[in-house]
This record gives sequence, structure tokens and C-alpha cells, in this order.
Amino acid sequence: MSDHLILRRILRSRTIVICGGILLVLTLVAFIIPWFLPASYRDTSSLQYASSSWAHPFGTDLNGHDLFYRILTATQVSLLVGICGAVVSLSIGSVYGLVAGYAGGRTDNAMMRLVDILYSVPRLVFILVLINTFNSSLKKFANSHGWQGLVDYSSIVILVLALGVIEWLTMARIVRGQVLALKTRQYVTAARALGQSHIRILFRHLLPNLLGVIIIYLTLTIPAVIIDESFLSFLGLGVQPPNASLGSLLSDGASAINPVRNLSWLLVFPAATMVAILLSLNFLGDALRDKLDPRK
Amino acid sequence: MLATLLRRLVSLVVVLFCVVSATFLMVRLSPGGPFDSERKISPAIERALLAKYKLDGTLWQQYSGYIGDLLHGDLRLSTKYRNRSVNEILAQTLPVTLTLGSVSFLIATLSGVWLGAYAATRRGRFGDTAAMLAALLAISLPSFIVGPLSILVFSLWLGWLPVGGWGGLSHLVLPSLVLAAPFVATIARLMRGSMLETLNQDFIRTARAKGLSERTILYKHALRVAILPVVSYLGPLAANLLTGSIVVETVFNIPGAGGFFVNSILNRDGFLLGGVVIVYCILLVLLNLVVDIAYTALDRRISLQ
Repeated sequence: MSDHLILRRILRSRTIVICGGILLVLTLVAFIIPWFLPASYRDTSSLQYASSSWAHPFGTDLNGHDLFYRILTATQVSLLVGICGAVVSLSIGSVYGLVAGYAGGRTDNAMMRLVDILYSVPRLVFILVLINTFNSSLKKFANSHGWQGLVDYSSIVILVLALGVIEWLTMARIVRGQVLALKTRQYVTAARALGQSHIRILFRHLLPNLLGVIIIYLTLTIPAVIIDESFLSFLGLGVQPPNASLGSLLSDGASAINPVRNLSWLLVFPAATMVAILLSLNFLGDALRDKLDPRK
Repeated sequence: MLATLLRRLVSLVVVLFCVVSATFLMVRLSPGGPFDSERKISPAIERALLAKYKLDGTLWQQYSGYIGDLLHGDLRLSTKYRNRSVNEILAQTLPVTLTLGSVSFLIATLSGVWLGAYAATRRGRFGDTAAMLAALLAISLPSFIVGPLSILVFSLWLGWLPVGGWGGLSHLVLPSLVLAAPFVATIARLMRGSMLETLNQDFIRTARAKGLSERTILYKHALRVAILPVVSYLGPLAANLLTGSIVVETVFNIPGAGGFFVNSILNRDGFLLGGVVIVYCILLVLLNLVVDIAYTALDRRISLQ
């Protein structure tokens, strides 16, 4: 099937167009609007816990921060962490799956057995320990080299790497399955008969044929990484203040709600933003998978 | 069968040993000790503290000492909650986590299997579409969104259920439902897929040809085969429930092991952290073993090898 036909089939699906549109608008708003907001929005103010108004459409928080501005910047952080983490995990997963599937036999068996074991270990529990262990080491390392930018964002960098390192299992399984099927094809036999190296066969012949699957799972891995990151930030172990992600905003909101005073906007608006992002990514991924499934 | 069991138990011990060593090394090698956050203490007192918590000596001595204590069932003292042993803390908190986890486990498996079977029998009709849409929603929304929102709606606005804490049955309703929801959805999707596949097979046609009622076909013949993918998912399910309950316990202020786990990381409380990780891993590996045995019992075509 030509690329042109695939594109037309994708654009004909209402789910894909709507979800893609929502995501595009959200991303553009999150990255562009903050530049046009008055500078006063970025700072704390004396206006504590104001409910929504024309000046502050989503209200303000404990420190008088405008919640709209905070949600936009938090969305930036969450999206970036999601995309980078997904790319890291997909790289690890596809290389691992490629090697396991192509090698076959005992190597394949051992590699997949390791994946099985890792599946049944509480992975986020280990991530918590890992992040805690390496964060301060990275900070020290960056300090000694004078990389101020890395010092400020070290927790986020560690987070992205760590999340990438735990989310690759599903990808490895899928890629391995595909490689097992692909490697018996005649063009692979032909390449081998021509005396091409294994590396070249893996990356020039097999990988391009896997790109479709990899891209589909990218749209499904991004929300998974966003959820993991928010899980950690929600517990106070992920993105650290003054940076904020949607998870830490949710955590603030959840601890602010109480029976005495109605502060529900602190919870409802971050939750709504996150729901919109997660749902459109998940629906998009599911729809793409159905569209490109060769069995249909 | 017996040999297989033995081999699995040996691999359990190996996995546990690796987990314990990795946790111990990561905690001991990370910068900052357990007594750093306090006032400046004199070297003599610090030495005494280190000796009391068995943190003196070389890394190798500490490690071998710790493994020795573990073999005697001693998880050592918590460095944060002074004078309380990790065994004590776990004995108090683990039953809470396990109660929450097993209630959610039951909700997830029972309602997931039922919902999936229901959707499969109504393939393509309204019930199927609605159930699968709900499932996708539940999978997409993590418990740290659903939890606080459900407190807001059911506890604060409607006033039906308590906000949080631990006590009577009413305290169990919201947390267990919030914890179970994404897994109900996952199981329902698994079940629907395998039920559709099973209903297309020859032995179902034979059962229909014999004139059996649709009920008997569905629940006596098809369910037994279709449930197998769900059974093999139960191991990962247990792992996910344990991880998930960390958030749910935090959101609903439940005094379970999950809250202590998070705090032990923040407080650099290495032995408490190690204790929780070890107990979680033992639980998971044992559950996986039970699941494998259940799988062979259900499917006579497979034997444990």
C-alpha cells in the first residue's frame, strides 16, 4: 500500500482527525500563549485562592500564582517528558526486540525470559529507588562541570531516562514478534546471500519495515510515560518545585480540597487538562492501530 | 510437577537475592546518610548511632551482615521511626494493604470477566460499544486523577462516603473501586477478545448442534477456554495493584505499607525501604507461581515444564 493511500485512509477516520486536532491545539496553546501573557502572571501575588474570573480564568493558588499560566507551563513539561521518555523507551525496546528476534534460538529465549521477569517486578517501585539514587549524583556531576542548566533540570533529565528505561518491555515484545515474521522473507534471504553484514540487514532492511508499528506504539507510549511521570510527581518524587508538571499540580489540588472551603478549581482544571491529553493520545493510538492493522 | 515446583522455588530465591542486593547497594551508594537531616551531632554519638543501626564497617561487612540478618527473618530497625523494627511496621501496615489489594483483585477479576463476556455476546451492538468505550476511558485515566475527583464528588459534594482513612466497610468502597477500575477495563478487553475467538471454534458449534442452551454453552463450555488469557494476566495484575495502591493509599490517607514506602525513600530510611521491597517481591513471585499452577489446572493441554 502506498504512503499516499495510507494517509488518505488515516484522514478519513473521524477519531484520528478529532484527537489529532485536539492534541495539536493543546500543544500550540501550551507553547505559544505563555509568551503573550503579561509578566505579572508569572510571579506570585497577594491574590491568594481567587476563584475564576476574567483576569484569572482558572483562578489562583496558595501563592497567588495564576493557575492558567501554571497549567500551560506544566503541560509543556508533561508533554516534553512524555515525548522524550517515549523516544528513549522505543529506542531501547526496538533495538532489544530486533536483536532478540533476529538472533533467535537460545539468545532470544534468554532475552525474552528477562523481559518476562521484569514484567512481574513492580517497576515503578524500582524507578523510585533509582531516581533517588542517581539524582544527587547527576547534580554533583553537573555542578563540577559548571553546567547550570543541567543542575536546574537534573531531576527531569533523570526522570526521562528512568521512565524510558522501564517502559520498553512491551515495545521489545512487539518488535521481536514482527522480526520473527519478517526475517523469513525472501528479501532478507537475498540480502544474506549477497553477503551483507547482520548490522546492515537489521538496520537497513528490517528496521524500515517496522517503522509503522513503532510509530503507532509511540502514540501509545507517550500517555503511558506521562502517567508514570505524573504518578511520581504526585507522590512528590518526580518534577520538583519551582518546576511543575500536571502531576504535581494535581497533587497540590488534591491536598487543597477540604470540606470547609470550596477550592475545587485547583483540582478540576489540572485534571481536565490531563484527561484531555491522555484521552486524545489513547484514542488516537487505538484508532491508528486499527487502521494500519493488515488483518482488516 | 514436583521437580518443576522445586525449580521455580530455587529461581524465586535467586530473584529475591538479586533484588535484595540491588536495593541494598543502591541505598548505601547514594550520597547522604540516614542521619544527615538532623542537627550537627558529635562524632562519638554518630559512631554510636551507626553501630546501633549496624551501619559501621566496610560496605562488604554491612552487606554480609544484612543478608545474615535477613536469613534470620530480621528486617532490622527503621532509622526514621526510632525504636520500631521494620518487622513491626510491616506487621501493622501490610494487612491494610493486602485487604485493599485483595478486594480490588476480586472486583477487577469478577467484574472484568463478566463485562468482557457480556460485550462479546453483544458484539457490535450498543452494549458492546458502550462497554468498550467505558473500558478505554478507565484505562486512560490514572487513579491519581480519578481518586481526588471521586473524593470531591462522592465525599464532599454528595456526602455519601467518608473522605479517607481506614475503619469500617464504608472506608473501603471508594479506594478499592478507584484502584480496581483500570484493571476491570484491561481484563474486560482481554476477555472480550478471547471470548470472540472461542465462540468461533468448532466445539462451540458442536455444542450448539447438540441443542444446548446458550447459557450452558457460554458459561460451561466457552468460559473455561476463554478465561485462560485472563488467568495469565493475574500475575502482572497483582504487581500493578501493589504499585497502584501506593497512590491510592496516599490519596485516601490509608495507613498501609505504600505510604511508608514513599516516606522511607524521602527519609533515606534504607532498611524500611529494603523491607517493603523484599516483602512486595516475595508476594509477587509467589503469586506468579500460584497463577502458573492455576493455569495448568485449567488447561489440561499445557503441563508445567
